[in-house]
This record gives sequence, C-alpha cells and structure tokens, in this order.
Amino acid sequence: MTETLKREEVVAARGIKVTFGAVKALDGADLVIHAGECIGLVGHNGAGKSTIVNVINGGLSPHDGSLSYSGSEIHGISAARANGVRCVFQELSLCPNLTVGENARIMHAELKGWNWRGRALSLVETQLRDIFPGHSIDCDLSIDDLSIAERQMVEIAISFAGIDQRPKLVILDEPTSSLDAGLAAQLMAYIRKFVREGGSVLLISHILGEILSTSDRIVVMKDGRVVADRAASEFTTRSLVEAMGNVVREQEFSRAASVRTGEPVLSMPPRRGHGLAFQAWRGEMIGLAGLGGHGQTEALLDLYLDRNSNWWPTRRGEIAFVAGDRSLNGTFPLWSILKNLSIASLGQLSTKRMVDRAREETLGAGWKQRIEIRTPDMGNRILSLSGGNQQKVLFARALATTASTVLMDDPMRGVDIGTKQEVYEILRSEAANGRTFIWYSTEMDEIRLCDRVYVFRDGAIAAELVGEEITEKNVLAASFSEGDAA
Amino acid sequence: MKLSSGTVRLIIPAASLVLLLAAVFYMQPRAMSYTGLNLLFNLAVPIALATIAQMLIMSVNDLDLSMGTFVSFCACVTATFLQTSPGLGILILLGAIAAYAVIGVVIHIRDLPSIVVTLGMSFVWGGLAVLILPSPGGTAPGWARWVMTAKPPLVPVAIVASILIAAVTHYIVMRSSFGVLMRGVGGNDRSVERAGWSVIGIRAATYALAGFFAILAGIALVGLTTSADANIALRYTLLSIAGVILGGGQFVGGKVSPIGAVIGALTLTLAGSFLSFMRISPDWQIGAQGAILIVVLALRLALNRLEKREKSQ
Repeated sequence: MTETLKREEVVAARGIKVTFGAVKALDGADLVIHAGECIGLVGHNGAGKSTIVNVINGGLSPHDGSLSYSGSEIHGISAARANGVRCVFQELSLCPNLTVGENARIMHAELKGWNWRGRALSLVETQLRDIFPGHSIDCDLSIDDLSIAERQMVEIAISFAGIDQRPKLVILDEPTSSLDAGLAAQLMAYIRKFVREGGSVLLISHILGEILSTSDRIVVMKDGRVVADRAASEFTTRSLVEAMGNVVREQEFSRAASVRTGEPVLSMPPRRGHGLAFQAWRGEMIGLAGLGGHGQTEALLDLYLDRNSNWWPTRRGEIAFVAGDRSLNGTFPLWSILKNLSIASLGQLSTKRMVDRAREETLGAGWKQRIEIRTPDMGNRILSLSGGNQQKVLFARALATTASTVLMDDPMRGVDIGTKQEVYEILRSEAANGRTFIWYSTEMDEIRLCDRVYVFRDGAIAAELVGEEITEKNVLAASFSEGDAA
Repeated sequence: MKLSSGTVRLIIPAASLVLLLAAVFYMQPRAMSYTGLNLLFNLAVPIALATIAQMLIMSVNDLDLSMGTFVSFCACVTATFLQTSPGLGILILLGAIAAYAVIGVVIHIRDLPSIVVTLGMSFVWGGLAVLILPSPGGTAPGWARWVMTAKPPLVPVAIVASILIAAVTHYIVMRSSFGVLMRGVGGNDRSVERAGWSVIGIRAATYALAGFFAILAGIALVGLTTSADANIALRYTLLSIAGVILGGGQFVGGKVSPIGAVIGALTLTLAGSFLSFMRISPDWQIGAQGAILIVVLALRLALNRLEKREKSQ
C-alpha cells in the first residue's frame, strides 16, 4: 500500500457532488488514480459510474468537491485532455460518416499540417496491430461500413494512440460490450501491458471476471458514493456482488421440460444453405449463442420480417422486438419515458383510435414498479435515464404488448445484475404463460437460462443444445469447433 | 478493387448527367459545340455555387431555406453598390457573411431548428433586396461580366468554372482538416465536442463559408444576366437542396459530396434544356423536371439497397 501512495496521482477527485435536478448522481465520491495502475470501477446502473467518468474527463463540472490533474486544479474538457485523460464511451462515439483516419484527426488535434492523413492512418494502424494483432480492419473505410465490434476496436485504438505524448489515463466504459471473447482477451492483455509501462486505466465493466483478472484495485460505487476501494486480490465474484448491494441468488436450473404441442410458432430453413434449421415452439425460451457478429442479429431480423411485412404493418402484432443498439433503433430520444414504453401497445390502449391517457399511465406505472425504472416521473425525457434504465424501458415496451413471441437482440447490454435477475424472473413467468422468447445474448449466464440454444458460427446455426447440455464448454466448443477451416 | 461507399454514391449522379447529355446531343447535335455547351451550362454556374453553399449547411445537419432570397439579395448588392462604390459593396457582403456566422451561432446556442431560423431570415433578405432594388435594374460590374463571358480556349467557361468549383470545394470539404471537423459535426457533434473542439466555432465557420459561396452565386448570376431583380433567384432554395440530394448528399449525418453537388446542379440545369428540346410545353416542364428528379432518386435508393444487401452477405 505504501508503494501505491508514493506514485504520482494522475487524477484525484475528492468529495465530488453532482446533482441533476432532484437526483443526486454523485454524493461525495472520492476517486484517486495513480500512475501505473488499472482500476476497476463497478456498480449498479445509476450508481454514478458514468457521472464520475464525465467529471474526470471534464465534460461535467462538479457542484462540490475538488478535482485535480497531476496535482493542478483545472477544469474543462481541454484541461483534461491536456493532462492525458482519454475516454472510450459506453455508446460508440465516433463520427460514422468519416473514415477511420479522419476520426483520428478529430480525436487528436496534434495531427495537423502536411500529410496528416498519412500520419493518422499509420498511427491508427500501428495501434490496432498492437492491441488486436491479426485484426482485418481496412482503415480507409468510413466508420459506418464497419461492424459494431470493429467500430469499438477502432475507438479503443484511437484512444490509446499518442503522438507527442502517450495518454496517461484511458477510461474504458464497457469496452468489451460488443467484442467477443477473443478480442476482449486481447484488449485485457494490452491493458496489462499499458499499465506495466506506466499508464493508468479506469475500467468499467459489468463482466466481473474481466474486472477481477485485469485490475489492480477495485472501486465499488453505490448510490453516488464509493462504498469499497480495495486491492483486486481481496475480492471474489461473490464478495464483489455483495459489495454492490446485490444478494447473490443461487441460479435455479429448474427448466420446464419443454412440451412441444402442435406446430412450431416460428421456423426458418437452414441459413446460407448449411447448418441446422431453426424452430421454436410455444412457451420456449431459445438462446442464440456463439461469438459476437456471427449472424445472430440478422437471423432475428429475418424472423421478424418474415412475420411483419416491410410494407404493410399487420393489424395485430404477434411478434415484438427488443433492440440491442438502443440509440440506433431503440429509443425515441425526444419522447418521455412513458411514450417510449407505450409506443408498441398503442393499439390495445386506444378506444376509437384515440389513445386512452389513463390506461397508458396505468400501464406505465405498473411497469415502472415491476422493473424499477429509476425516475421520479414517467413524464421525464428518456435521455434523463441512465443507459441501463433506458434499456429496461425498451424491455418493458416489448413485454407490455400482446405479442406472443418476443425477439431479443442482446437486450441486457449494460444492465446491472440485480435488474437482470428481476428481468430473468419476469421472462420465466411469461414463458410459462405461453410466450416464446428468442434471445440473442453475448453473456453465458443468460444463455444458460434458456431451454434450448442454437449456436451460430459464420452466419449459420452450427449446433443445437438442449437442457443440461447448455454449458459454457459446449457453447464454446460449438462456436469454435471447425476452427478456421470453415 | 473495392469501391468506397462515397464513390458508389457518385456513380448514379454522374451516370444520369452523361445520359441526359447524350440525349440532348442526340436530339440537337448542334449543341455539341463550344457555344452550344456554354449555352447549355452557363446558368448552371450560379446554381452550382448556391448548391455548394446549401451543401455546406447540410453537412452540419442544417437546412437553409433562405438560400434563394439571400442569393437574390447578393445579386442586388452586386448590381448596385458593388458596381458603383466597390468599397461599400464589399463591406455589405462581408456584413452578410458575418450575419451568416451569427445565424449559425444562434442556431447552435439556442438549439433552434435551422429551418425556422432561415425561413425567417429569408424574409429579411427578401426585404433588403427590395429596398436596394425596388424595380429590376442595376448593372453588372465589368469584372463579373468579364469572368462570366470569358472565352478560354477549347473548353467553355461554364465547364471550366464547374470543374474549378468542384475541385476547390472538394479540397475544402473532403480533404482539409476543417472539412473533416465540419463533417464530423454532422456525423456526431458530441464526439467532436468531447475531443476538445469548439462546435460553435465550427458551425459559425461553416455558415460563414456557405454565405461566401452564396455571395459568389449572386455575383455569377449578375455576371450572366447583366442586371438584377429582387426576385431573381427565388427558385434557388429548392434547386440547391435538390442539387445536393441529386448529387448523393444526405439531409442528416454529414454525408455530402461537393463533386456530386456540382454534378447535381449541372443535371438540374440540363434537365430544363432537355425538356425544351423535347418540345414539352412550359406548362408541363416543371412536372417533367420533377419526374426526372424522382427517377434519379429512385435509382439511388435502389443502389443503396443493393449496397446494403452486399454488405450483409
């Protein structure tokens, strides 16, 4: 410990208070980051992680408390950047219309003068090779020609890159949310290397394994305060979850023996002419597993468009969709929370084609309580919620409809464990009532909750696992089995 | 070779221009000459400049509904003050550029819809134009007239000007650092802000640059017509928007193409001549021009869809 104290303080935030209206986002939080350490920051959605990140990177001025970079008290985005603080945000924050090199130009003001394009390209390419050896990203493409995982990789590379000076502190907010296991491991290895060379990293992740294996020190936040700040070796998954205020619930593996009655509610022939066919029966919970970006989302979209014509909406929605990328195709950013929730069920809330306000509000109040949307008023704008809470609203939107089938495109991205458990229970009871869930998830815990799992590889279904066969080992084996021969 | 999506977006506008040109040459072979080409395209120069101005505004996700009246105002200033007392004229035009920058700042700070602000401004510019020139008149400055009627060897001035405009704006918008920042604001202004840039400054500069190109459009127009009128360029508002879209630009997301915008402006001008050559009565011309627009845009949508399908495979 004494050794840690002697190190240079890169950023020191002490007693930070930030309030948004009546909501206390930060209530006297302390966070000191030294050179050469990786700090894991964990906590619930709405615990104040994103807020303290925004304070450190200069985007938000604290209402109280002191903030200093390498000992000097200055504020603002440019001051933070001048002190080598870089940030990779939870929602992807590149300019989708620009090329990879042009995005590097925006992030690095030093890249000016003659031939900045060439220098930007070599900068990003070198950094990408350093972090993700063997990647296949063409840096001349514009960002929206890249997949979501590739965008995340580019953003990480741009943030770690340095021209005149290397960044001192890189804040990674859920960096692996769109990366598959292999890429995430490469990133974690790079973080260790970066820290060994004297840099600091603030790592925020919901994947506790990552936090435990990569960080030196773990800071746990709860309700705007730091509730624990200890060396990573003193934590286990269990103690970490307990520190966050969650009681670890023993997972129930009481899968209902799936009763297949009659015709499947959904079916799809083998994709791309090989692999297995897809079938789903009433009341089943089906997982789509495999490495990220191997055709799961496309399969969900095809299932959806198969039932709902592109041109003419069906009168009775029998199928609902929970989007994974909420800013792209989930939320209506200008609308209230309630309007965002009720949009899919307006048909059943209307009398004579007019929306019945009272019924809409009852529906909203019911779901607010059921999945604990943390807001004083459902009339607030959806963007006033934290990311996880926004995702909950999207979830409630689909569950509030009368649809008998719900398609979910990795909907739990960025949702805290407590909420996840609650949602899992709701899913279970809904499935018991005869709803069918088709669930693409990148998290093994969620896949294990399903009755049946299709593992995707290279755009087609490579394996089907039923009941007790669903284990991490089997899923991984099916995701990789043919190696690169496929 | 893999084509970038920007190049793919340019194919349809370029192909439609070539097709229209071929059709015009087929119907009227005499147009295939130095004078013919100049006559076909010389009205395209001010439209191309106005389209570039509109494209700059659209690259930061805004829309300028005062383009037509502003170009008219500039034309009136050019035909009066700039001709009689150049110092005062230049001062007025610099003031107009400053006004554009202020509009950009106001739109950004107050988070106002640009459509509303510029619609309001269109009445201001229109009113000022009428105050300057209550009835059609004025005289073009000699140099403006000289530039627009110059006879360079081999290639008519309209073509030279179009290529020059496309090259210069391509450099500014697509290659320079400022262009990257400008399109970055259109693509994701929060990310530009977080990187430590002043989005207000970028927006103000973009608007000022748009004002500058709109002024050039006004001067070029007067150079061609020799006199001005307060309503001379009213249809430029919609023509410029159509030109940007026709050239592969998009309303939001910072996806613009200066070369495409110039091609779009040329196509729009040519469509008018094409319809006259077809002996379509003027009553039907506007409708037929609209039909051409719809066909080109439909082609582009089809291409976008094809591109998307390719990507998903």
